Amino acid sequence: MKVVVFCKSVPDTETRVKLKDNRLDKSEIKYILNPYDEFAVEEAVRMKEAGKVDEVVAISMGPERAREALRSALAIGADRGILIKDDVLDGSDTYVTAKVLVKALEKDGAEYGMLLFGQQAIDGDTWHVPGQVAEMLGLPQAGSIIKLEVDPDAGKAVANRLVEGGEEVHEMSLPCVVTCRKGLNEPRYPSLPNIMKAKRKPIQDYSIADLDLSPEEVGKAGSFTEVLSYSLPPKKEAGRKVEGEPEEVVQALVKFLKEEIKVI
Amino acid sequence: MDFSFTEEQRLMAETARRIARDFPPDYWYEKEEKGEFGEEFWKAISEAGFLGMVIPEEYGGVGLGITELMLVIQELCANGCGMAGNWYICLTEVFGAMPIVRYGTEEQKEKYLPNIARGELEFCMALTEPNAGTNTFRTETFAKREGDGFRINGTKIFISGADRAKGMLLISRTTKMDEAPKKTHGITLFLVDLPNEAVKVSPIPKHGINYSKTCEVVIEDLWVPEEAVLGEVDRGWHALLDVLDPERLVFTAASVGIGKLAIKTAVDYGNQRRVFTDPIGSYQALQHPIAEAYASLISAELLAYKAGWLFDHGAHYREVGATANMAKAVAVENATKAVYWAMQTLGGYGYAKEYHVERWWREINLVRLAPVTQQMALNYIAEHVLGMPKSYR
Ligand SMILES: Cc1cc2nc3c(=O)[nH]c(=O)nc-3n(C[C@H](O)[C@H](O)[C@H](O)COP(=O)(O)OP(=O)(O)OC[C@H]3O[C@@H](n4cnc5c(N)ncnc54)[C@H](O)[C@@H]3O)c2cc1C
Ligand SMILES: Cc1cc2nc3c(=O)[nH]c(=O)nc-3n(C[C@H](O)[C@H](O)[C@H](O)COP(=O)(O)OP(=O)(O)OC[C@H]3O[C@@H](n4cnc5c(N)ncnc54)[C@H](O)[C@@H]3O)c2cc1C
Repeated sequence: MKVVVFCKSVPDTETRVKLKDNRLDKSEIKYILNPYDEFAVEEAVRMKEAGKVDEVVAISMGPERAREALRSALAIGADRGILIKDDVLDGSDTYVTAKVLVKALEKDGAEYGMLLFGQQAIDGDTWHVPGQVAEMLGLPQAGSIIKLEVDPDAGKAVANRLVEGGEEVHEMSLPCVVTCRKGLNEPRYPSLPNIMKAKRKPIQDYSIADLDLSPEEVGKAGSFTEVLSYSLPPKKEAGRKVEGEPEEVVQALVKFLKEEIKVI
Repeated sequence: MDFSFTEEQRLMAETARRIARDFPPDYWYEKEEKGEFGEEFWKAISEAGFLGMVIPEEYGGVGLGITELMLVIQELCANGCGMAGNWYICLTEVFGAMPIVRYGTEEQKEKYLPNIARGELEFCMALTEPNAGTNTFRTETFAKREGDGFRINGTKIFISGADRAKGMLLISRTTKMDEAPKKTHGITLFLVDLPNEAVKVSPIPKHGINYSKTCEVVIEDLWVPEEAVLGEVDRGWHALLDVLDPERLVFTAASVGIGKLAIKTAVDYGNQRRVFTDPIGSYQALQHPIAEAYASLISAELLAYKAGWLFDHGAHYREVGATANMAKAVAVENATKAVYWAMQTLGGYGYAKEYHVERWWREINLVRLAPVTQQMALNYIAEHVLGMPKSYR
């Protein structure tokens, strides 16, 4: 059974976000594999190590730098990568992203047992893509899972999701879609031997023409949504300290809540 | 000229950064205070393959060079580990793996390298002696031929990791200096297995880096077989240089890393802390020395990588030595400045242990004394690079 992991290249969590001309200023950003996608890659590789999966394929859509995110996935243990790279993809929204990913999946051959995603990309953070892919393919989906059991022979997977106050258990037929989060596993550090091995693993490049898509179907032209503007979150104001005897502090606090910010 | 790291090198650096985040300054604060070895850290770097970096694949390693070693060490140090990001790796990789890879026999390679690569065999190097500090030629430890081996006697001092190591690179004379045709002749390297009844190891209480013990090592009538000789009898000097240059380079990488760590700490703190109206980080009295130290550190970093590149490309030892000494001398001075200004920026908190800067201060102080003293590094530059008269006898 082949499983496919979807990998996005995102700015490092330690990046300080800057805006320029109403777009993200990408000049000083260092990119990494989306941390949520690491849980997905780790889970897929563990399934392979447990003998339940024969091949782990990592797919990314993005500019040239996304190759490094794929290389990270290969260093964790994925077998090969697919990079969808084309200048006309610039400006694609989540719908177009999902459409393009589905095309790549079809191009690579339809037989896969499971599609694994991160639950969210730490930059775009829409949580849209996995659900849209599942919908386009008509596949069952369990989102934000913390446990996964796969039985390829029975053609089934059981996934647990955290919900308010407890866990929800889903049984799905294969192929299915899952999105991964913290708690599912502890991703390994890509070890140096595996980084060197990853260098020798193949990455196939596709342009949109290779996927039988036209420029009108992707990028801004093919998108339903458009980002109008970006803004940085408001600067954190310095806190105010209320000092004194307990009664005085409580009184001051109540006054503040009632009169100044009017929440009670 | 190409200054970029390869994709693999960048991924290695990323792995190092992640490990460093899992072993933050608080972890090392505790290990330092308790005087404990960082077992968990050792396990993490073993699993990540760091101890097999310079070991060829056929012996279970990754087959990389000093450049990659410097890269991951600097990332570990800069991202929170401080000197600990270098220390254990240097002892085992530079003192054990590197010379065995270059000079070991097939049997020696098979005996040591796979175990080192797995993180199951720690190493140490016994060079310094009470009467032969900076002046290695005056080594008094002597190995006398006896049967099909050698009988060794001598005292070594400041031998880091000797309390735990199972392997020791021992530098000994096999021809006394006054009987040798030239002073570089007569030095022999031995691979000694520890613990050994003939080798007494006593830790020396010290200023910093207490997550590793530095020891006095007394060798009394230790017998080793001929197979324990690494390289050639009497001709160990050049092999030793191939240990000392990389040692200088990983300590340079560590210094740059520690400097960067201190500067990041100072900048984060300085941008937050207000004592008058504006954050103290806005005062040029703090900004300029920090900026200066940073610019100099980055220059030293470039020179250090050049030295690493020269070493990895088999350049002449003179060229490697000159570059390594210059990089080390500049990196250490400026890392020291960086830590000093971090301490100054943190004010009283810079002196408090839980803010870590004082620990990095104790760590960086060492690099002026070891692996080579600043004075000897400068002597080297004056004499061998500039062609000035040798200033000592
Ligand atoms: C209006 C708009 C404009 C954009 N413009 C550009 C642009 O110009 N250039 C550009 O490169 N990107 C652009 N993007 C981002 C790109 O299209 C995103 O990949 C996509 O929108 C995913 O949304 P998200 O980041 O919220 O991911 P989410 O839906 O939060 O991601 C969830 C999971 O889906 C998978 N996934 C998401 N994106 C990808 C991907 N690209 N490849 C593989 N797997 C993926 C991952 O497993 C991820 O963990 C734009 C996005 C929007 C909304
Ligand atoms: C924590 C620690 C760990 C160590 N670990 C190891 C280890 O694992 N293995 C090992 O073999 N050694 C180790 N050492 C030893 C270290 O390498 C030596 O301490 C160092 O080389 C200096 O030697 P010395 O202490 O004998 O100083 P000395 O040689 O006595 O020098 C004292 C001072 O005189 C100056 N000086 C000497 N000669 C000259 C000259 N010609 N011109 C100008 N100035 C001169 C020196 O620069 C120095 O300032 C360690 C030391 C320390 C402190």
